[in-house]
Amino acid sequence: MFDTVRLNTDQSIFQKLQNLGWGMVFLVCLVACIGFAALYSAAGGNIEPWASKQIERFLVGLVGLIIIALIDIKIWYRLTYPIFIIGFILLIIVEVMGHTGMGAQRWIDLGFIQLQPSEFMKIAVVMALARYFHAASQEEMRSIRFLLPSLIFIFLPVGLVLLQPDLGTSLMIVMAGVAMIFLAGAPIWLFITGGVLTAVSMPVAWYFMHDYQKQRVRTFLEPESDPLGAGYHITQSKIALGSGGIEGKGFLQGTQSRLNFLPEKQTDFIFTLWAEEWGLMGGLFLLTLMGLIFIYGIAIAWNCRHAFGRLLSMGLIVNFSLYVFINIAMVMGLIPIVGAPLPLVSYGGTSMLAVLVGFGLILSCNVHRDSKLPRMQ
Amino acid sequence: MNNQGDRSKSFTRRAFIVGAFQGMALAVLGGRLAWLQLAEGGRYKTLSDKNRINIKMIAPSRGEIVDRFGVPLAINNQNFRILIIPEQADDLEKSLQKLTGLIDFDDRRIKLVIEVSKKSASFVPIEVTDNLSWNEVAKIEVNLDDLPGMSIDEGEIRNYPFAEATGHVIGYVGAVSKADLNGEPVLTLPGFKIGKTGVEKSYDQYMRGRAGNKQMEVNVRGREIRELEEDVSRDGQRISLSIDAELQRYCQQRLSEYKSASAVIMDSYTGAVYAMASQPGFDPNLFTKGISAEQWEELMSNPAFPLNNKAISGQYPPGSTFKMMTALAALEVGNATPKTTVNCTGRYEFGKDKFHCWKLGGHGLLNVANALMKSCDTYFYKLSTEIGIDTIAAMARRFGLGEKYGFDLSEERAGLIPTKEWKMGKYGKVWQPGETIVSAIGQGYILSTPLQLAVMTSRLINGGSAVKPWLVGYIDDKKMYPDEWPKMGIKKSYLDVIKKGMDRVVNSKEGTAYGSRIEAEGMEMGGKTGTAQVKKINRAERARGIMNEDLVWKYRHHALFVGYAPVESPRYVVSVVVEHGGGGSAVAAPIAKDLLLETQKRNPAASDIKLSNVIERPKRHV
Repeated sequence: MFDTVRLNTDQSIFQKLQNLGWGMVFLVCLVACIGFAALYSAAGGNIEPWASKQIERFLVGLVGLIIIALIDIKIWYRLTYPIFIIGFILLIIVEVMGHTGMGAQRWIDLGFIQLQPSEFMKIAVVMALARYFHAASQEEMRSIRFLLPSLIFIFLPVGLVLLQPDLGTSLMIVMAGVAMIFLAGAPIWLFITGGVLTAVSMPVAWYFMHDYQKQRVRTFLEPESDPLGAGYHITQSKIALGSGGIEGKGFLQGTQSRLNFLPEKQTDFIFTLWAEEWGLMGGLFLLTLMGLIFIYGIAIAWNCRHAFGRLLSMGLIVNFSLYVFINIAMVMGLIPIVGAPLPLVSYGGTSMLAVLVGFGLILSCNVHRDSKLPRMQ
Repeated sequence: MNNQGDRSKSFTRRAFIVGAFQGMALAVLGGRLAWLQLAEGGRYKTLSDKNRINIKMIAPSRGEIVDRFGVPLAINNQNFRILIIPEQADDLEKSLQKLTGLIDFDDRRIKLVIEVSKKSASFVPIEVTDNLSWNEVAKIEVNLDDLPGMSIDEGEIRNYPFAEATGHVIGYVGAVSKADLNGEPVLTLPGFKIGKTGVEKSYDQYMRGRAGNKQMEVNVRGREIRELEEDVSRDGQRISLSIDAELQRYCQQRLSEYKSASAVIMDSYTGAVYAMASQPGFDPNLFTKGISAEQWEELMSNPAFPLNNKAISGQYPPGSTFKMMTALAALEVGNATPKTTVNCTGRYEFGKDKFHCWKLGGHGLLNVANALMKSCDTYFYKLSTEIGIDTIAAMARRFGLGEKYGFDLSEERAGLIPTKEWKMGKYGKVWQPGETIVSAIGQGYILSTPLQLAVMTSRLINGGSAVKPWLVGYIDDKKMYPDEWPKMGIKKSYLDVIKKGMDRVVNSKEGTAYGSRIEAEGMEMGGKTGTAQVKKINRAERARGIMNEDLVWKYRHHALFVGYAPVESPRYVVSVVVEHGGGGSAVAAPIAKDLLLETQKRNPAASDIKLSNVIERPKRHV
């Protein structure tokens, strides 16, 4: 179990680069390339306006990813709480003076980029939880008094995100947080009880929902009832997907998406465009790539020798996969439309950067899997 | 350390559980994708195509109609019209209002357009007006920016260069009515016209052509993005008629001085109809350009029924032109020979009834040929009583009377040749011998059309071939008429004696139509006059000295003449009916003379129907 070579924690840059986990980088690039192709098609066979910017951002983000991966995990460990606090402050700033976009306040305009702090907050929450549970003993994991404070890391940001209001992101943070607590070893009965309580509180949640959120749920339940109104998106998306068939309509031949029957084809509905043009084959190919990324991420977590790294990499992978599931399930009409992009594929600066930062951290866990982290705070 | 080891194991387990959830979620997504794209793919594909494909039909050009020399009788002219897409006009009424200053357009028509617009989707173009002149097109073109939603569209309009002269034969086209819709897509084209009467109607299927279509990909707003597929339209086929347009015009012209008349000129050997006129005529162009209410009223209220093609649908008692049938029937059953004579005393007594010959004093002793020449009634009264109505009717039917030929114009009518059985069936009464006697001279129940009389005459003088009349010689280059007609099997000597009689009618000084003989050598005609009684002048009127000429128009006799020329080797046949025109020899024979003379001068039989090249025309898009 104690591999002497691996125990050497002082790696040179070169060694770190060797141990980076290039397979993961390759998978990430491949998925991103699918995004470029889809954006090229979405613009009617044009690199402008989306594909070019997306490539630019990806390349910048990729460099960032590698730098983050090379930074010692100990540094990230120490920076965890400061990052969380900065993220939290940014969220408050958005709440106070953020710009309004799509009926919800989510952006901070930094001049060169419109930053969406909630995207980074998801990472910060996972980091904070990983750190909190890093040194926990099994006894502590069973004590409510130890577990309850961890909820602060979840519900402080969720409260702010809900105020924006952004139900989708709030739910995702909650789900990622719950997954973290589960992975850290909290007793199973907690989750069962929590699940039951959630189900019971659904009607109450309905009462507090915004009209547009209620409408989305209604639309989800019965999309065809209002084909030109709120159900339009789902119906058109299903038509686009369904008409793709096994082999798809061919690259640049996706009639539904490119003829503007499909709304927001370059962002939330990019998967629809992809699967319309490339059919079941293309859709399954993309899902398989995503699956490989999950497996790779889980393998990294498994191989990590410190709890922080295990929880961090696993939490980030869960976070990533939640994005993937919610987006794809949404465009296929399995869940209500919540406005979540498909990570690495959808057009969008913040999302792309946040996802790459996340992968940077995962790879940092990989590079520094044998590092020794303090057991106690 | 131990604690950490346990936690590591617990994490590995729990990470595996999370991984399993992820795997399941991916499987669900993959399954959902497969369900949408495989199981429901077909349904969604259809929905997708409906979303994006707009099918635009391309109108075919209607086939032209030409005469035997290739002279156009029905052609397609350019038609400029204004279309408006209500959706694109901010205010439909205001937009249309602007037209009034530019072209001939008024409030009434604005209302009509608005009415039509209410019935269709707002993105469907509506015809505002058509038949614009170049001048009008230019005016609209210049002001198009000021006329939101309007566009100028170039289509086709049917034109009939010979106008009234060919109105009945060619017919006209009109809008597709609901009853015409049979699922053929071309019929649903906006402004598409189909044949309503004449050749336009009966050969509509050939001239219609097949609509092409263009599949246009449209975006969510219906704007065309690109063309996907084009299925080229096929223009209608050209119809080449047996008609000689100039002769037709002459014929119509010749009848124009009468209130109501009709004539047929045909080829006794081939059955080709060279001309077929019906007076009064009408201009079919009225119908394609849009007939006004007044014009329509005028056509409908005219007692002479201008829209009827009387040459084929007018049914008249044939009068004395029927006598050839009675004579031939008697010859064939052997009750008479060419030499059989009858003494005409001016009246014929049958039982208690007396039947008068038209000549009060009688004709004296006559054989068949001379009875025809003088049109003696008594001779045929006598023969008919011997052979009976059924024998006469059988002969008449063999000569094409009382039946339809399946002629190229659907307005054709059958006429009537009565038999004993027919009367029993129709009236439930026994046939009276006296009815046979009036039938013998083409009166009573007998009815025939001018076309039938021409056919009868053709069969008499062509050596006994059962020729049938036709108008359509070719559809494109496909021949539509037979080379030969079956023989009827009538003895030549019988036919010769009838022909001799008909020759004498015109060319013998004693003949009833001597005044109308053709003197040009080699062009002489033969024929038979007929004067068909419409109202019997009763005894009281006769006593008061009332003559037919004194009666009101609608009670006067019909004047008939059937003729052929030249007498040596006859070819052309003519039949003329002047409704309530008076006597056949005085009124109908002179017309026949002119027609046969003109026909022989033009001699249309000398050349076959000329097939001009079928020109490929550019396709038009509607």
